[in-house]
Amino acid sequence: MPTQTFKLNGEQVTVDTEDDVRLLWVIRDLLGFTGPKYGCGINVCKACTSHINGKAFNPCSVRVADVADSDEVTTIEGLADGEDLHPMQQAWIDYDVAQCGYCQPGQIMAAVAKVRQCVTEGREVDDTAIEELRNICRCGTYQRIREAIKAGAENM
Amino acid sequence: MPAHRAPATALRPRPPEGEGGVSRRRFLGYLIAAPTLVVAAEMGRQTVFGAPEASAAPIPSVQTTELYDLSDAIRDAARPTANLIKIEVNRDGTVSFAMPRSDNGQGIITSTQMIIAEEMDLELDQVVVTLADARPELVFNQLTGGSSAMFTLYTPVRVAAALARGRLLDAAAAAFDQDAGTLSSRAGVITSLTGGTLGIGELAEKAAVQTTEQVEVVLKPREEFRILGKPQTKTDARAIVTGKKQFATDLQIPDALPSVVCRAPDLNGAPIAIDNVDEIRSMPGVTDVEIIATGVAVRAVTFGHCIDAVRAMTVQWEPGTVAGQDDESVLADLRKAELPLAVPPAGGSTVEGDFTFYFKSNSSLETNCAIADVRSDSAEMWFPTKTPITAQDQIADLLGLPTNAVTVHVTEGGGSFGRKLFLDAALEAAEFSQKIGKPVKLMWTRADDSRQGRVHPMATSRVRASVTADSVLSFELRHTSVSMDVSHGFGDALTVAASRLPSGNLAVAEVIWELSQTVPYNFGVSTRLLNEVDMRFNTAPMRNVYSPDSTVARELMVDQIAAKMGRDPYEFRREFLKHDRQRAVLDKVAEEGNWGRTMEEGTAQGISFQTEYKSVIATLVEIDCRPETVNRSVREGLTGPRVTKVTTAVDVGVVINPRGIEAQILGAINDALAMTLTGSMSLVDGHFVEASWDNYFYTRQWNTPPEVNFHLVESDAPEPGGVGELGVGGSTGAIACAYARATGKVPEYFPIMHKEPRPFEPYPTVPPIPPSPTNGLDTTF
Repeated sequence: MPTQTFKLNGEQVTVDTEDDVRLLWVIRDLLGFTGPKYGCGINVCKACTSHINGKAFNPCSVRVADVADSDEVTTIEGLADGEDLHPMQQAWIDYDVAQCGYCQPGQIMAAVAKVRQCVTEGREVDDTAIEELRNICRCGTYQRIREAIKAGAENM
Repeated sequence: MPAHRAPATALRPRPPEGEGGVSRRRFLGYLIAAPTLVVAAEMGRQTVFGAPEASAAPIPSVQTTELYDLSDAIRDAARPTANLIKIEVNRDGTVSFAMPRSDNGQGIITSTQMIIAEEMDLELDQVVVTLADARPELVFNQLTGGSSAMFTLYTPVRVAAALARGRLLDAAAAAFDQDAGTLSSRAGVITSLTGGTLGIGELAEKAAVQTTEQVEVVLKPREEFRILGKPQTKTDARAIVTGKKQFATDLQIPDALPSVVCRAPDLNGAPIAIDNVDEIRSMPGVTDVEIIATGVAVRAVTFGHCIDAVRAMTVQWEPGTVAGQDDESVLADLRKAELPLAVPPAGGSTVEGDFTFYFKSNSSLETNCAIADVRSDSAEMWFPTKTPITAQDQIADLLGLPTNAVTVHVTEGGGSFGRKLFLDAALEAAEFSQKIGKPVKLMWTRADDSRQGRVHPMATSRVRASVTADSVLSFELRHTSVSMDVSHGFGDALTVAASRLPSGNLAVAEVIWELSQTVPYNFGVSTRLLNEVDMRFNTAPMRNVYSPDSTVARELMVDQIAAKMGRDPYEFRREFLKHDRQRAVLDKVAEEGNWGRTMEEGTAQGISFQTEYKSVIATLVEIDCRPETVNRSVREGLTGPRVTKVTTAVDVGVVINPRGIEAQILGAINDALAMTLTGSMSLVDGHFVEASWDNYFYTRQWNTPPEVNFHLVESDAPEPGGVGELGVGGSTGAIACAYARATGKVPEYFPIMHKEPRPFEPYPTVPPIPPSPTNGLDTTF
C-alpha cells in the first residue's frame, strides 16, 4: 500500500493508504483530526474547509496522492497559536456566532482565507465579498457570521 | 463597517411580582440520600394566563391554545416524574446536572447552566451540564421538542438549585456555629460575618443526608437576578471555534469503523440481493458487507472506502413505497382528502384562499449517524437523539435484548430541525453491528440524507372567511397533509404504542395540531381542522411543524380581508388582535421597521403576527422582486426575490438568555426564507431529485437579508415561553405577504421558486452517491 506524507498543522504526518482516498478521510478517519466536518463530500457545503499552504480548500475533493510531502495542510485545530486564538476565532466568540457549531470550523477557515484574499487584491471585506462564501450554515447564523468576519478582519 | 442591525432594545428592570407570582410561592423539593449533597425537584402548580379581553367590532373567538397549549401538554406529561431530576454538588466545588434533554445547537445547555448558577450564586463555569443517557424511569420527561425545554425545566431546576443552596448554607452555618441568615454566598464560597470562608466542595459531604426527605424551598425573586436575563455567550463557543466540540462521528470508539448503507433508487426501496458481494468484500479497506432492512451496509477503514464500495455495488431492489409517483399525483391524492369548509357563507362577502406547500427537507448539516457496539447480551449506542427513551426501547426490541441491556448515550447534535426525534441511523447501526458482531460508526451520506431522509410533508391549506364591512364573522382553515410522522409521541413508550395503532398516528397528530394552532384574531367562528393522508413517505415534524405553512395561509388571508375592508394591514391586525401583549410586538415592528414607508415599484413591505408556545412575535420584512434582483446570477445557486430587511419583535415571557433568543429567531428567519422562497424537494418517478446543497436551496449568504433588526420586548409573563420554533411561522407569513404586495399576485404555492427552472442537472440514483471530485486544488482561494 502506498505511503502518503504531508504536513498537518505543523507536523509531518505519514499514513499508508491508497492514492485516491480523499484527504478529508485521511485527516478524519486515519489521523483523528475531526475539526473538518463531512457535509456533502462533493465540494458544495464547504463544512470541511481547511487551508493548504495558507489558501482555503476542501479536502473532500482532493486525492491524498495529490498533496505533496512539503504541502502544509492546516485544519481548524491548527489555526490558533497554541492557546492564543486567531483573531477570527476570537471574533466568532465575541459575536457568539455558533449555534450547533457543526459548520463553524469550515466557516472560520473560509473567512480567514477570504479576508487574506481581499487584502491581497486590495478589496474591502464587505457584504459583496462575504456573499462569495458558499459555506452553508443550516442553523442560519449568517448575520453573525457577517459581523464576525468584518470584526475579525480588522484584527488580522 | 455597515450596521447589520440596530442595537437591541435594552431590558428594563422588571416590576416586582405580586402575591401569587411564581417566585414567591413555596415549592417542594427533595434532599436525596447520597455521600455528597444531591437534591431533586418536584413541580408545583403554575400560574395561568389571563383571560382574553373583548373589543368592539371584532367578534371574540376562544381557541384551545389560549387555555392550554402544546407546552402545557408536554409539561403536564412530565410533571409526575420531574422529582427525579437531580442536581449534585461535587467535592471539587462544581455542581453537576445530567439534563434529560437534547441540545442540537439551540443553546439549552448554556441556559440551564445560567439557571443553576443564578439560583446557587455560582459562576457559569462551576456548573457542569451534560446530556443524560436514556432514563426510561423518566417516562414522558426526556422528550426534546415543541420548543418546550426551558418551559418544562425552568422551575424544577430552580427548585433543586435553591434547595442545594439552602442546604449548603445550613451546613456552613453549623460549621461556623452561626445563624445561616448571616452568611453570604458567592461563586461557590460561603462567607461568615467574621470573615470565615468555606467552599461548597468542602461542604458537599457535610450537607449530604442519609435518608431522603422532602423539604420546602422559596426561589430567588426576579429582582435579585444577576445572570438570568443578561446576554450570555454559549459556553461551548471556544470548543466550537477550536474544533474541539465533538459530534457523534467525531467520537473515537474502539473498532467502530466507518459504515455506509447503499440505498435504492426509489424512495424506501428494499434490497432483494447484491450480485457482486465477493467483489465488494475484496475491495481495499472493506471489512464487512451485509444486507440490512434498508439496503446493503458496508464497513471499511474510512468513509471514503465505504463510499467507493457503495458506488461499486450491483444491487437488486424492490420498488419503493411511492413508486411511479410525482408531485402532482401526490397533490391530486391530497385534494381528494380535503375536508369541506363548513360555515355557509352568510350575511357578508366571502374571502377564500387555497395554498399548496411542497415537500421540504429538514436535513441538518450533520447527517443521520450513530455508533453501535452490539454484543451478544448488551448494546451500547452513541447518537444525537431527542427521544432517548423511545430509542432505547426500539433498539432493544430490534436486537431482541431487554431494554435495560441497551445503553443510549445522547451526543450533542449538529442541528435537528425535527430529524433527531427519529432514529433512522441508530436502528441501522444496531442491526448492522449485531449482524457482523463488530462496532460500527454508521453515517448517511448527504445524498441519502436528502433523498431518503425525512421531509416536511406536502400539504394544502384552504381558508374561507365571511366578512362584513367592519367584522369577520367566521374564519375557517382546513389543512390537509401527507401524514406527518409523530410516532415519537411524547417521547415515551405509551404514546409511541398508541401512535402505531390504526389511525393512531393521526390521533397524536391531531393533538399536536389542536394544541399548537391558533388564529390570534377576533374572527368570530374560527375553526382549524387537520386531515392527513398516509402515503408512506418518510416525514417528520420539521422545525415549527404545521405553523410555517398554516401561518402563510392565515396571514395572506388576513391581508386579503384587510384589503376587502379597505384597511391597512398593520392597522387591521392591530385592531383584531386579542391582547395588548400581542399588539405590543406588532407596534414595535411597525415603529422600528418604519411601516408604510414609500417603496419603489417591485419592492414592498409585509407584516405578520404569530403566537405559539406562550410567546408572541411580529415581523416586518421588505422584499425586492425587481427583475434585476430576481434574475441575478450565482453559480450553482438559486436567487429569486430577495428579502432585504427584516424587523422582528418577540415577547417570550421570562427571558433566560437574550443572546440565545436572538440567535434562535435569526436562524428561524433564515429557515422561513428557504421554506417560503427557495427550499423544496421535487418528487419525480418515485424518488426525490435533490441530492445535496447544490440541489436543495437552503438559505445561503447570497439569499440572507443584509439587514436584520431584532427586538426583545419586555414582558411580565411569568414563565419562559417557547423560542426555538417561534421565528419560523413568525416570519413565513410576513415574507409571503411582502411578496404578494410587491408583485400584486397572491402566490398559490410555496416555496415560490418551486416550479422555476432548477440550476442543476440531477445526480444519478444508481449509484446512489455522487463521486467525490478530485479537482479540489483548482478552486483554492
